[in-house]
Amino acid sequence: MEADRPRGRLVYRHRWPTRLWHWVNALCIFILLMSGLMIFNAHPRLYWGAYGANRDHAWLTIGGTQAGGRMIVGPVAIPTTGVLGYWKDQQGHIQRRAFPYWATIPSRYSLAGARRWHLTFAWLFIGGGGAFVVASLINRHFVRDLKPRRDELAPRHIWQDIKDHARLRFPAGEAAARYNILQKASYILVIFVLIPLMILTGLTMGPGFDATLPWLLDLFGGRQSARSIHFLCAGGLLAFTIVHLVMVVLAGPFNEVRSMVTGWFRLRAR
Amino acid sequence: MSGPLTRRGLIALGGGALLAGCDKIGASSAAKSTFKAAEKLTMGAQRLVTDRAALAPEFGAGDISPVFRSNGNATPGTPDYARLLAGDFRDWRLEVSGLVDRPQLLSLAEIEAMPRRTQTTRHDCVEGWSAIGRWTGVPLRLVLARAGVRPSARYIVFHCFDSFAGAPYYESVDMIDALHPQTILAFGLNGHRLPVPNGAPLRLRVERQLGYKHAKFLRGVEAVASLDSIGRGGGGTWEDVGDYAWYAGI
Repeated sequence: MEADRPRGRLVYRHRWPTRLWHWVNALCIFILLMSGLMIFNAHPRLYWGAYGANRDHAWLTIGGTQAGGRMIVGPVAIPTTGVLGYWKDQQGHIQRRAFPYWATIPSRYSLAGARRWHLTFAWLFIGGGGAFVVASLINRHFVRDLKPRRDELAPRHIWQDIKDHARLRFPAGEAAARYNILQKASYILVIFVLIPLMILTGLTMGPGFDATLPWLLDLFGGRQSARSIHFLCAGGLLAFTIVHLVMVVLAGPFNEVRSMVTGWFRLRAR
Repeated sequence: MSGPLTRRGLIALGGGALLAGCDKIGASSAAKSTFKAAEKLTMGAQRLVTDRAALAPEFGAGDISPVFRSNGNATPGTPDYARLLAGDFRDWRLEVSGLVDRPQLLSLAEIEAMPRRTQTTRHDCVEGWSAIGRWTGVPLRLVLARAGVRPSARYIVFHCFDSFAGAPYYESVDMIDALHPQTILAFGLNGHRLPVPNGAPLRLRVERQLGYKHAKFLRGVEAVASLDSIGRGGGGTWEDVGDYAWYAGI
C-alpha cells in the first residue's frame, strides 16, 4: 500500500486553470459522447462527401435484423449482437437501434432530447476550452509543460518511453514531476487536433454555419465527411479517455486524483 | 488507503447513478429552462456571426444526389388532397393571409408565372443525412410583396395539408429568413414537377436551416406578429410535439 512506502516530496503539479478545465471536460466528454451516440442512432450510417442518405453508399453502418446486430465497415460485417444494433432494453425488450440504452443520453430514444444535451454542453465545452487556451498561454503551461524538449524528440528517447509504458514502469522521483514524451504527445494531439476538429466539424454540420464559412466545410470534404470525421474524432477522444483512466488507476489513483483536485502530487521515492 | 478496486467500484456505482440521473435531470424544469437558454444562445450566436444575406452553398449539376430521399409524411393522405392531386392541382390555391394588405389566393399557374429562382442546394435532415437537389420556385419575398406584407409582421407561418400526431403540420420562420433570397416556395425538383413524397404541389425551401423547417404540401402562408396562438405556440409541429429547436441552423 502506498502509505507503507517511504514518502516522496509533494510537488505543486497542476495550476488551477488546468484543474478546473479537467473537471469541466470530464463532465462534458461524458455527456457529449453519450448524447452524440443517441444522435448517431437517428441515422446510424456514415458517408464520405457532401451528401449521403439511405440509398447512397455508406462506409459504416450499424443495425439489426431478426437474427442479430452487426456493424458493417466497408466490406467487413462484424457481428455485434447484444451490444450494437440488437440489444435488450431495461424492460427486457429487443431493440435494434445502433447504440444501447446504457451508452446514450437520454437512455430512451429521443433525438430532440439528445440534441438539447449535446448543444447545451457543447457551449460549456467550447467556453471551457477557450478559457483554458487563453489561461495556458498566459501562465505558459503550453510552453513549459507540453512543448517537447529537443532531447525528448530523439527516436531513442521515444522508443525508451514506449518500452517503459508497455512494461507499466512509471517514472519515480523528479522525473514524475514532468510529463513524459508520450503524455505530451497525447495531450498535444487531444488539445490541438482532436478537440478543435470536434468543434469545427460540429459547427460545419449546421446548414446556417455553412452560409457563414462555406470554405471550412469544403476543407473537410463536405457535410457527410464532416459528420464522419466528427464520429472518428469522438472515437479518438473515447480511446484517450479510457487509456487515461487506466493509467490513472495503474499509477496510483489517490495521488493522481488529489493532484487534479488540489494541485499537489506526491513524487514516488525511487 | 483502500485498494483501487473499491474506488473503481465506487466510480462504477457513481457512473450508473449519473446515467439514471441524466434522464431525471433532463426532464426537470431547471434543465428545460437551461436547455431553452442554450437554444437562445445558439440562435443568437448564429445570427451574430452569419450575415443575414449570406447564401447557403450552391452546387453543380454533377453533385446532385442520385435519389432525393423523402422523409416525414410521404403524402397527406386526406380526401381533399387526393381530389386536388387527381385534378393535377388545378383547383389548388395558396392562401396568403394574415398581416397583409392584399390577401391572395394563388393558383399554381399564377405562382409559376412569377419570377423564379433555381438553386442546387443541400438538404440537411436533423437525423444526420443529406441530399442535394435542384429546386425551382418563387422567392417567398416576391409572394409577400405581392400581398403587401405589413411592417407589423414578425413571422411567416406555413400551413400544410398533412398532419402529425393528430394536428395539422405547420412551420414558421422570422422575417430575416422569409426575405432571404434563397427562401423559395418550390414547385420543381431536379427539372420535374415536385413529386408528392417531396411535398407537391408546393413546399418551402429555407436553405440555412435543417429539414424539418422545410414545410411540404403547402396550402397557406400567413404573416403574424406572434406565434403564441398557433398550434401549441412552439412555432412548428416538431417544436410543439418533439422539443425540437425553433431555429434550426445547426
